[in-house]
Amino acid sequence: MRTTRRTFLQASLATAAAAHLPGALHAQQGQPARRPIPSSREEMPIVGLGTWITFNVGNDPGLRDECAGVMAAFFEAGGRMIDSSPMYGSSQPVVGYGLRKLGRPPALFSAEKVWTSSATAGPAQIEQSRRFWGVPKFDLVQVHNLLAWKAHLQTLLQMKAAGTVRYVGITTSEGRRHDLVEQIMRNEPIDFVQFSYNVVDRDAEARLLPLAAERGIAVIVNRPFRQGELTNRLKNKPLPEWAAELGVSSWAQLMLKFILSHPAVTVAIPATTRVDHVRENLSAAAGPMPDLATRQRISAHVQAL
Amino acid sequence: MSEWWTYRAEDFLLFSPRVYWRMLETYNAALWPLHVVTLAAGLLIILLIAWRPRVFARWIALILATLWIFVGWSFLWNRYAAINWAAVYVAPAFAVEGGLLLILFLRDGLAFDRRGPVAWTGYLLLAFGIAGQPLLAPLQGRGWASSEVFGIAPDPTAIATLGVLLLARGGLVPWLLPIPVLWCLLSGITLRTMGEAQAWALYAAVALAAVAWIWTIIRQRGSLPAA
Repeated sequence: MRTTRRTFLQASLATAAAAHLPGALHAQQGQPARRPIPSSREEMPIVGLGTWITFNVGNDPGLRDECAGVMAAFFEAGGRMIDSSPMYGSSQPVVGYGLRKLGRPPALFSAEKVWTSSATAGPAQIEQSRRFWGVPKFDLVQVHNLLAWKAHLQTLLQMKAAGTVRYVGITTSEGRRHDLVEQIMRNEPIDFVQFSYNVVDRDAEARLLPLAAERGIAVIVNRPFRQGELTNRLKNKPLPEWAAELGVSSWAQLMLKFILSHPAVTVAIPATTRVDHVRENLSAAAGPMPDLATRQRISAHVQAL
Repeated sequence: MSEWWTYRAEDFLLFSPRVYWRMLETYNAALWPLHVVTLAAGLLIILLIAWRPRVFARWIALILATLWIFVGWSFLWNRYAAINWAAVYVAPAFAVEGGLLLILFLRDGLAFDRRGPVAWTGYLLLAFGIAGQPLLAPLQGRGWASSEVFGIAPDPTAIATLGVLLLARGGLVPWLLPIPVLWCLLSGITLRTMGEAQAWALYAAVALAAVAWIWTIIRQRGSLPAA
């Protein structure tokens, strides 16, 4: 039988209902729901914090404090994963500033990337990133946008074997190079894969999300709002009445619930500069999640607006 | 970079408009009142070109050389690079422009004897770079704090330099054009991606300079004797 997007989703949503399976959500009252990282069973709150653009504030003390405030609200609301990259300008030192100011929250799950075309420059760049963050070691290091991926992945796997990083992964964004991502997911022992997935960009449903579930690879979803484009487009439009059944009060929460309810998604990483938005994002990880029919309804509704 | 055709200008914008303008505010605050000196230098350039070009031409090159090197170091290297790593690669181009202007100063290789539409276009760009560009911030509701001032910020420095080069003659002058033109285009794309209307000022400056330069070339070729 040919597996379509619909049949896969039906099957995976049904199987995820069993609590012991990777796709199942583990929820506690007042806390964001969690999903296990398939390779270790370590539980991860399903909403993280991205830093693309939002944390690139340079040396501006006022803006650095604002970012630290966002991080404080993130940890208070039960968040763990913060994701950054050497590509993101000053985001890494700004994350480090926030962590120092907050007394290095023990809940932190540090997700970084290696991003250089030089195969030999990878270890030095990772070490520089670690110094910026001020952490003893990273939880996760990913090959950013598959740049020089073979060499960097080898480095990361050696680091994992030596215990200087806990997980390894790869990233892409905006639907680029899915063929190569799929090839790496099939052939390499990666723990995480990161790509774009949202209510309108659903290419990942066809191959990458099912493959991640099949291979036991954790999925990080970037650009959940298309870098603010979707929330800006919808901000003056009323939420549909049926959205109240999901306990959401904003388009951002509704769109996040669409992403988070896919059983193969481990964590989504919306970026924000605002404390109220980070709380809103984390609260989308709690409460009821849409079923398959409601997911289709959310997507169709947003695409029609 | 694979699949380069799938990338848009937005994919390369690493910072928000808010962060960019705040960076200019703190930069201006750190350098104030140096703005008075650089604006006076700009005014002096206009006066020297208009009144005593033969005597002081080389000093105009020296003033511009100093300002290009200063802006490259002070703005691009020390400030902008904190939010845009690509600025580290652009800052040396400002030093190169400053170096070429220094050579002009040492060789006394400039003459300001142009007249007519090309000269007036040069004066227009020069006047806009010095007096017009700083007004864009308050006119767009950002207040004076983030104003871009000649000799302090790169955009007015590049536009005013294009004006000076349109007014000038000299063997090295064509070699001085690419860096200010490329900066205007790069900064214009950045501002356009940020949704800032003032990007059009940079595009217009390049368009005016290009038309005036092509006009000059056509006139020069037209005045050559037939072979």
